[in-house]
Amino acid sequence: MSNDQRPDFIDPALLRGLTQRRVSRRDVLKGMGAGAGAMGLTAFLAACGVSGTSKSSPPPSGSPSPDVLKKIYGNGTPAGQLNFANWEAYIDVNSKGKSPTLLQFTKETGIKVSYKTVINDNDPFLAKIIPVLQSGGDTGYDLMVITNGGPVERMIKLGFLTPLDHQYLPNFEANASDAVKNPSYDPGNKYSVAWQSGFTIIGYNSKAVKDKPTSFADLLNPKYKGKVGMFGNNQDLPCAALVYLGKDIQTSTPDDWKKAADVLMKQRNDGIPRSYYDQSYLQALENGDTIISQAWSGDLFIAAAPKSYGGDGFPEIKAAIPGEGGILWTDNQCIPLNAKHPVDAIKFMDFVYQPKIAAQLADFIWYVSPVPAAKDIVLNDIDDPLVAKSPLVFPSADDLAKSHKYKVFKDQAEEDEWNSIFQPIYTS
Amino acid sequence: MVLPGGAWLFVFFLVPILFLASVSLQTGNIFDGFRLTWHFRNYVDAVQLYHVQFLRSLRYASIATAVTIVVSYPLAYWIAFRGGRHKTTFLFLLLLPFFVSFVIRTLAWQFILADDGIVLGPLKRWHLLPQSFHVLATSTAVIAGIAYNFLPFMALPLYVSLERIDRSVVEAAQDLYANKLEVFRRVIFPLSIPGVFAGVLLTFVPAMGDYVNASILGGTKTTMIGNIIQLEYLTNFHYPIAAALSFILMAVLLLGIFVYARVLGTRSIEEYV
Repeated sequence: MSNDQRPDFIDPALLRGLTQRRVSRRDVLKGMGAGAGAMGLTAFLAACGVSGTSKSSPPPSGSPSPDVLKKIYGNGTPAGQLNFANWEAYIDVNSKGKSPTLLQFTKETGIKVSYKTVINDNDPFLAKIIPVLQSGGDTGYDLMVITNGGPVERMIKLGFLTPLDHQYLPNFEANASDAVKNPSYDPGNKYSVAWQSGFTIIGYNSKAVKDKPTSFADLLNPKYKGKVGMFGNNQDLPCAALVYLGKDIQTSTPDDWKKAADVLMKQRNDGIPRSYYDQSYLQALENGDTIISQAWSGDLFIAAAPKSYGGDGFPEIKAAIPGEGGILWTDNQCIPLNAKHPVDAIKFMDFVYQPKIAAQLADFIWYVSPVPAAKDIVLNDIDDPLVAKSPLVFPSADDLAKSHKYKVFKDQAEEDEWNSIFQPIYTS
Repeated sequence: MVLPGGAWLFVFFLVPILFLASVSLQTGNIFDGFRLTWHFRNYVDAVQLYHVQFLRSLRYASIATAVTIVVSYPLAYWIAFRGGRHKTTFLFLLLLPFFVSFVIRTLAWQFILADDGIVLGPLKRWHLLPQSFHVLATSTAVIAGIAYNFLPFMALPLYVSLERIDRSVVEAAQDLYANKLEVFRRVIFPLSIPGVFAGVLLTFVPAMGDYVNASILGGTKTTMIGNIIQLEYLTNFHYPIAAALSFILMAVLLLGIFVYARVLGTRSIEEYV
């Protein structure tokens, strides 16, 4: 693939890495207060139980009934307002700082969009809205973008997402790529449709790393001791090691996990990784703190793009798809439970599945577009062959077939076991 | 008088503490909810899983506190005794950087101390440092970051206690033929002990629970207990383990403060002379 691509315009993503997680005690403090004084200590302590969500109807395993959907979406008349929570640098922007896609949506439907880039990371965002949903409230958002491999599944299981009525999603049915239709984490797209996908691959500094990386094994190479960046999370880090060992992520057993953890632990104890990163990995790569790193595909374009195009201006930073295949993840559009404007939200979900709109977004965001038909439009109408031909924006069927997906957990116990094996690598 | 204060303590201290205590003894998961089962095993699990990070936090916080004393004592001394009429200006200058957010300041250090950044880059190019030298992603960086971020919490109480010293006491010592070193050792330092005491408390306690410095300036094996509590709350949704960890942290700190107060806090000046 070519890495010296010249994007037309990319929103600076500097701020993305700037915000760190903060401990939220809201969950703990939730519900305390009134009337506690009257209770005995034991009674009080017992009353402090953190309520689960089983009381709200658990997610049905079958399709939601037409009645339920009718109750949510009525006769499909939008309210005229859409509150959209998204990540930084994750939509198109024109020279005036507005999003052409959102402007067009408002023009065509009359729905006003309040677009907020409030999501810096899945867990802290969900930690903020889960207590609201637990108390039966409305998050203030009608549409939000969250990632598979834990967050989406958790929200589905908690019953905190509004089921989707597919009669309002004709463009999705017609144009969505097979890779995002009927995903294992949300069979039948009952609660989510893809926003964009991305690959976890390898980013490297071509000035310092002379041989182009070809495998996740390059991240273990003692040659790069102390200059390797790894992701400190429960999907990107373990999945890369499993893929390196040739295991299938989904069918892997706890024994495989332990073997993968051994590889990563040895890597750590040999001093090869410099640190375990969140979004800040990109800055570390740009600063020269790391020279080879696990990376998310779209970010590498932002890093390499010249500043005049809104990139970060580090042309030496390049992307390499490991021979084992990249790890594919998907950010999903979901409607939180109790959203005030579900019709407006589902109309927008479908709107972005028109090939023309999808092309406009893909040419800007540089992650994997969920609409393969957008490729020709990017190539011919927008005339941007570099994006259209990039395997990281429009991956070939072969690339997709070779790619791996984030682990889907069958239950909480499995997830806990997985976490207990892999977390000590990056937290001790 | 007791009522408003008592009500305040009850609502904003006692109730949350009891709530936390309850959570730390619960079992369950986020999907089915958590129930109080008096599961004291949570504490055992928390210690077994995370004693390494606990001891590391203790070590980092202690070293960082010692560093802040060494750095801010001369600073506070100079302002208090030599600041003249510009004392307020100097104090303001000391506090100026701290008007910027904690996280942004720490990120600024990440930028300044980058491996090929504006400080290390030139030094490496002139071959004054080996190419592999780095400051970030080490425990030194984390400790230095903590010391830097909590410096005013040490400097200000020190300044106040030094400023309050009656100058005639110092003069009396000089009249009695004490040399400069002895004046400091037998008069000024003992009189500044309350400032050191307050400064250590104000620095050590938040330093022990800090997680920002470790996550921004640290590397592998620099995770502190604050980061673990955050992870258990936000990522793993193990509220009981996180609550137990918070409680252990609080207990360790309270015990430490108690012992420390017994050792240092009640001493009067006679004991130093």
